[in-house]
Amino acid sequence: MSEAARLIPAWSLPAGGAGAIAVARRWPDELTREWAWGGSTGRGARVCVVDSGVETDHPGVGPVQRAVVVEAGPEGEPAVEEDEEGDLCGHGTACAGIIRSLAPDCELTSVRVLGAGYTGSGGNLLAGLRWAIETGADVVNMSLSTTKRQFAELLHELADSAYFRRTVIVASAHNMPVESYPWRFASVISVGSHEEVDPLVFYYNPSPPVEFFARGVGVDVPWVGGGTLRCTGNSFATPHIAGICALLKAKHPDLTPFEVKSVLHATASNIAAP
Amino acid sequence: MSDDVHAAVAAALVGSRERYRALLSSIAEVARAIFAAKASSILLLDQEEDELVFEAATGEEAPRLVGMRFPAGTGIAGWVVGTRQPLVVEDVAADPRHAHEVAQATGYAPKGLMAVPLLVDERVLGVLEVLDRQTTFSLAEMELLGLFANQAAIALDLMQRAREAEAILAGGGELAAVARLAAAVDALGEERRPQALELLRAIDAVLRS
Repeated sequence: MSEAARLIPAWSLPAGGAGAIAVARRWPDELTREWAWGGSTGRGARVCVVDSGVETDHPGVGPVQRAVVVEAGPEGEPAVEEDEEGDLCGHGTACAGIIRSLAPDCELTSVRVLGAGYTGSGGNLLAGLRWAIETGADVVNMSLSTTKRQFAELLHELADSAYFRRTVIVASAHNMPVESYPWRFASVISVGSHEEVDPLVFYYNPSPPVEFFARGVGVDVPWVGGGTLRCTGNSFATPHIAGICALLKAKHPDLTPFEVKSVLHATASNIAAP
Repeated sequence: MSDDVHAAVAAALVGSRERYRALLSSIAEVARAIFAAKASSILLLDQEEDELVFEAATGEEAPRLVGMRFPAGTGIAGWVVGTRQPLVVEDVAADPRHAHEVAQATGYAPKGLMAVPLLVDERVLGVLEVLDRQTTFSLAEMELLGLFANQAAIALDLMQRAREAEAILAGGGELAAVARLAAAVDALGEERRPQALELLRAIDAVLRS
């Protein structure tokens, strides 16, 4: 498919026009992990970590190509600025470290939406996600959610726009029985935890809205101050899937979010041959 | 009736500072007991100051902890409040920022903790922390703590509303007279209450007509 055909929305298909949208078949008859990400180090894939910031010189994270923060602008509107604060909690560093451990050569961008105060966090989250999508991220790791319904519709629109712009949003399912967003949306990949230790073991869940389970219990992660912690929660399962998505997108840059989800389904640890 | 009057009536029935403190302590103590932990604490969000305040704690360090404040946007509890997601962290001493802040202020630095948000609908009231367990948390236990936190949050929300109503009763705001009236009727004996209610119904009918 030509670049132009990819970028210009087509609302209908004129007679004889099928040739113009011919798309090369992307995958083999048998979808294997070797085909999906064998040999990939994540090089060429850009991953945004929307979280509490990332400690950029941490040995468990390595180089962070860019760090931005969402803060209140002159009119009170969320504005994206370069960030030199690092990580105000440790959580973003942990997520970045997990992604790096799976996709060592991916390009990492920290998008800090937390730490500037409690108020406005929902608006900051929206603005940070929008920035990540508009700057063409291949993968966005969102190990957080908002419970505020006023943001749900806007988040939904953003998630859908990412879906069509080939940005894969990997979002953490809530660990508690509460309504929160964006992980519930079908246009994102939602992740919960399993209790196994293999970082490449992940399961497809035939009973959504949580669609995949990845390693999320007792995970050793980098934390602020150059150290490490052992953490548990869906927010640590999520970067495992984000890291695998980075490997996938690095090797197959043209994959759309629905194709990425299909590949994850086909290569999940519980999908058995007939 | 407006929410304020509802709350005022509730206050007349249940609200008191002592009961509020007792509820907070009970939540912390039950959480500690359920998970066989060394200590437990509750931090509530002070939205005006954008700070988290230790409102209850169990264990030896409790007296020093209660009343301490932290910026709401930082640290493990800050992340939990900001994201509304629970978090289990072991070997917290490896997080120098958290360890130093807490240890310097309290003399006690937990090695492991589970922090869970106290959520009521869209609002987050604060964070419940369970500190220093003998064993690690399983996913089933995380789920249990989440369920317990939800129940605790509902109770806290009711009690907070009642306390807000107490303030209305004590104050001289526009609704204070209505609230005092409701409380007075409630306090009447069996014999006089029906007459008072009849009078209130008559006033209600006049106001609605």
